[in-house]
Amino acid sequence: MRILVCVKRVPAPGAKIVLTPDAQDIDSTLLGFTISPHEECAVEEAVRIVEREGGSATVMTLGPPEAEEQLRSAVSVGATSVVLLPSDIPDWDPVSTSRALVAAIARLEEEQGEQFDLVLFGNESADSGGYQVGIRVARTLGRPMVTGIKGIDTEGDSIAARRETPSGWEVYRLPLPAVVGVKEGINLPRYPTLKGRMAARRAPVETMEPAASSSGQSKVMLMTPPDAGSAVEILGEGPESAAAIVDIMESLGLV
Amino acid sequence: MSIFLYLVEHDRGRIDETALGGMTGARLLADSLDAELHAVVIGAGAASVAGGLDAYGAERIHLVRHDLLIDYGPDAWAESLVQLAGTSGAGAVIATGSDRGNEVMAQVGARTDLAMVANCLEIEPDGNDWLMTRVRWGGSLRERARLSAPVKLVTLAPHSTEAAAAGEPAAGTVAEFTPELDGSDTVTMVVDRVTVSEGITLATAPVVVSGGRGVGSAEAFDIIEELADLLGGAVGCSRVVTNNGWKNHKFQVGQTGTVVAPDLYIACGISGAIQHWVGMMNAKNVLAINIDRDAPMVTKADWAVIADLHQVVPAISAEITRRRTLAAESG
Repeated sequence: MRILVCVKRVPAPGAKIVLTPDAQDIDSTLLGFTISPHEECAVEEAVRIVEREGGSATVMTLGPPEAEEQLRSAVSVGATSVVLLPSDIPDWDPVSTSRALVAAIARLEEEQGEQFDLVLFGNESADSGGYQVGIRVARTLGRPMVTGIKGIDTEGDSIAARRETPSGWEVYRLPLPAVVGVKEGINLPRYPTLKGRMAARRAPVETMEPAASSSGQSKVMLMTPPDAGSAVEILGEGPESAAAIVDIMESLGLV
Repeated sequence: MSIFLYLVEHDRGRIDETALGGMTGARLLADSLDAELHAVVIGAGAASVAGGLDAYGAERIHLVRHDLLIDYGPDAWAESLVQLAGTSGAGAVIATGSDRGNEVMAQVGARTDLAMVANCLEIEPDGNDWLMTRVRWGGSLRERARLSAPVKLVTLAPHSTEAAAAGEPAAGTVAEFTPELDGSDTVTMVVDRVTVSEGITLATAPVVVSGGRGVGSAEAFDIIEELADLLGGAVGCSRVVTNNGWKNHKFQVGQTGTVVAPDLYIACGISGAIQHWVGMMNAKNVLAINIDRDAPMVTKADWAVIADLHQVVPAISAEITRRRTLAAESG
């Protein structure tokens, strides 16, 4: 199966997010970067399907030139080829992002003379959380898409996709080619092997210039939410605190 | 007067727990912009959801019916909404930013090539544009955004407005709408369901006992599970735990897991990274058990015990059992 995974480079924040002075971005000077978590699982899922059935797992990203780092990390865990759409524009809105991705997918499929059977996205990006780029891409390509997927079974020229509900699963069945929005938990991504790291260092990165466009949505500024400001009460420093804890549980009507 | 459509989310006739809060938010928005609020209920079971929506401010309730609308499907629901919005001349289409709400509204945006702004907290007009505050990073960051479009497509962050009936019930006129649909719209419809459990769910449990890196192993979760059982609560965990394979992902609380809002959240050995915090920050009370006094979870909690969870958690269970036994003996 020929699979394409679209990923996004995002900061890996710790316990507190600090903004740049102009409030246009996260201050990332002290932060590492990673592939957005749902997409990390999408890469793993593509690699597993290809290991099982053969084919290829291409990983593509639209982002700063430094996003090459995330593409190489995808190679280190099994991606067969990678494509970078480099841009110095920090924040692409969802409509512009999807247009650039559609153009790149069309070009890749033309170059290779074949469609991707499956295009995978993360359910939503960790940072901007627009919940729509994959759906816009799928619609423009004329392929069906479901999101929130935590299980994919390949069945010849179709797939069964499962979405978790509070009581179990909902099942969708899509003919290929199709697009799926994957959620973390669909698998447990592997760590790179030494061999994988070596391959990642040598892997060629195909680049294509994305064309910027605009839509009706624009970012004005970022803000940190008001601090809840809790004044913590320390109940104790050992198991003898159990009585005080159960007193609280009783006062809340929980015991 | 402009018309705002609000998509009422339901599953085969059972209204979603976030739907009426979202509708309340949509009504407040419509009131502030002098618009008329219409509710939209799509597909099988819609009629059983429509009753009572007048109390939440629906001047009109559109029952969308079609033989192909037998279950939830993002394409079929979005196509129905797009056609209804066109027929009714709506100035805005609004849903709650649940999994389905965001999915359907993104499909509406894709079909109309209009921008769709997800998970808004506050919206105010600025000329013909809207200025909104929206959720980023699952709630640990906010964005001020501008939406400039002839028809506004937005979802409202779940739980951002509490459900409240309107001061006076609206007309609630029920109108049936039959969209034009074909087989291409039903490719993405639910075809099957598998029920795994009907018990206490993480999302709705009154108490969540949650373990993090400090628990140390899959086996050590026994003490977390014992306490959760005694309290009639659910077990949760942090992302480190699922990444280590100690617990299945369905137990994960946080930005990439489940968002919870229990009466009491007991965080055992969880440092409190921002991705975890946004998943439980709406808990009414937080108890942290941690050996690190400076852990963010400890400083943000209501109560904390600075000690090894492996000693404290069994002690809590034992104390609950002791008091219950005493109560049973004296009763």
